[in-house]
Amino acid sequence: MSIEIRNISKRFGNFVALDNLSLDIPTGELVALLGPSGCGKTTLLRIIAGMESPDGGNVLFGGEEATHVHARERQVGFVFQHYALFRHMSVFENVAFGLRVRPRKGRPPEAEIRDRVMNLLKLVQLDWLANRYPSQLSGGQRQRIALARALAVEPKVLLLDEPFGALDTKVRKELRRWLRRLHDEMHISSVFVTHDQEEALEVADRVVVMNRGRIEQIGSPDEVYSSPASPFVYQFLGNVNVFHHRMHGCWAEVEREGEAPGAGSIAFVRPHDIDLDAAPISGGMKAVVSHVHRIGPLVRVELEHEAETIEVELTRERAANLELSSGRTVWFKPRQAKVFPTGPTTAPATKQPFLF
Amino acid sequence: MFPAAAKRDGVLPGFRLGLGYTLTYLTLLVLIPLAGMILFTGQMSWSDFWATASSERALASYRVTFGASLGAAAVNALFGLIVAWVLVRYPFPGKRFVDALVDLPFALPTAVAGITLATLYAQNGWIGQHLAKLGVQVAFTPLGIVVALIFVTLPFVVRTLQPVIEDIEAEVEEAAATLGATRWQTFTRVLLPGIFPAWLTGFTLAFSRAIGEFGSVIFIAGNMPLISEITPLLIISKLEQYDILGATALAVVMLVISFVMLLVINLLQWWAANRHTKSRDEDAPADAPGAIAIAGGRP
Repeated sequence: MSIEIRNISKRFGNFVALDNLSLDIPTGELVALLGPSGCGKTTLLRIIAGMESPDGGNVLFGGEEATHVHARERQVGFVFQHYALFRHMSVFENVAFGLRVRPRKGRPPEAEIRDRVMNLLKLVQLDWLANRYPSQLSGGQRQRIALARALAVEPKVLLLDEPFGALDTKVRKELRRWLRRLHDEMHISSVFVTHDQEEALEVADRVVVMNRGRIEQIGSPDEVYSSPASPFVYQFLGNVNVFHHRMHGCWAEVEREGEAPGAGSIAFVRPHDIDLDAAPISGGMKAVVSHVHRIGPLVRVELEHEAETIEVELTRERAANLELSSGRTVWFKPRQAKVFPTGPTTAPATKQPFLF
Repeated sequence: MFPAAAKRDGVLPGFRLGLGYTLTYLTLLVLIPLAGMILFTGQMSWSDFWATASSERALASYRVTFGASLGAAAVNALFGLIVAWVLVRYPFPGKRFVDALVDLPFALPTAVAGITLATLYAQNGWIGQHLAKLGVQVAFTPLGIVVALIFVTLPFVVRTLQPVIEDIEAEVEEAAATLGATRWQTFTRVLLPGIFPAWLTGFTLAFSRAIGEFGSVIFIAGNMPLISEITPLLIISKLEQYDILGATALAVVMLVISFVMLLVINLLQWWAANRHTKSRDEDAPADAPGAIAIAGGRP
């Protein structure tokens, strides 16, 4: 079922959580709401679920007005960061809860409840834990049970609030791939909130990047990463080096091409978009290596250039060939940069110039 | 792996001193007086003891004492739950004042409470005169005893439930709501089982306190033998007649009944609190790597 969010606003006291925000979520998509804490992503999710009511605006489910429909009638499945399982109920009863609380007319017979719960537990691969209590499960198991419980009521929309935030990295990675498969099998719309950009980029069909109660950009994971719409998106998704044009003489070119001469501009360069060489390269700049960090398959090098620190990422192989060590003089050259004018306008420059 | 480390008492010091102090304290204050009482009854022959303990007047007083205490504890369990719920969940003007009011029965001398209640509920009292029109007499009847005990034991259920209700996660209620549960279903199926052990504790405390209550009851009870005479009063009247052995015999009976009832309630409470956390070491929770099959997962 599609979800339409129209001009939603929400304030908590003086804090503006959502500022006139609109968003369309088509049927069957897995959408990630991504942003730093306090950007309003959880509030938006809770408004979709009906746990919070907006100060203004509308929420439409499948084209129908649902702004003031109670959470229990919205037919949404909600998964909480801290599971929110019912502690005094067994795993089986937790999953069966949504079926058992139905009014007598719509309640399936006991045998059918049993079948459906066991099928769901098989789906989350935990049918062998049916008689346990939540306190006897690990975090990853609890979250899978919470998911099964949410799916038991056959929701039209699945909403997940930082579902893997409380789990360790390895389990988190497994669960998010598994969530992706589950979403594809269930044919429902899913919205999940995360502050982990890697999670959003890996799992989602579309990523909605939010900041300060507004949407900064909506796009496929590839779009938001490779062509960010604003400086915020660029900085939030992955590491970035920031160059103010005044700092380097050769960046004057940026200013010349910019639409507002004199307004100034900022160039962003990803650490992996910088070439590094031991010998001078044409158009390259000279710098001194200050630190070398080996992080798994990558080597992150910090360079000192005219009192600015620049981060460069290299493959292990390349770093070994260059024989990098602290204090060594190297030459670097950005392959690609994205330029945004600074000042009152936050719209990005239309051009994406290759420098030098 | 490190036996030397395992032998140590953990990070908190003073275990031996603390336990020793606790045991001495409990022995001096609780165990010795109670044991002394039981030993003292040993001076009676069994038939004397039985005759005193099962006299018609004594049996009637047990019924009044335990019956009224159970009634008062039950009423307070229900209304204490409501009071605690309202005090935790809803903001309203004067909330702090109402909250402080709950403790008042603790602070007030129980005799004052008894006299006040007796005056209010007497047939010409403010409340009593209206009840009299309805044909209900409270003062100087067993009903009066229940009213006095309700007053005295009010704080127990409220104060034991308050922190537990405060601890309920909002998310659990929200989860129940999204699963389609009505408010009532959420309350009865999700919240109530969670607060049940604490509720039972409050009930037990109120009940135990009611059994021992004396000061407030004697003013409102009328103290008619066989009808509205509580066991503590019977014990006092025996003491006044220098029938010390008889008084101790009744005390021992009360002690045994109270002990058995508290034991049963405690077992129930233990069961209610622990049935969801029984640990099975052999299946300790673990997020085993690769526990979830991933089709086509990238390395």
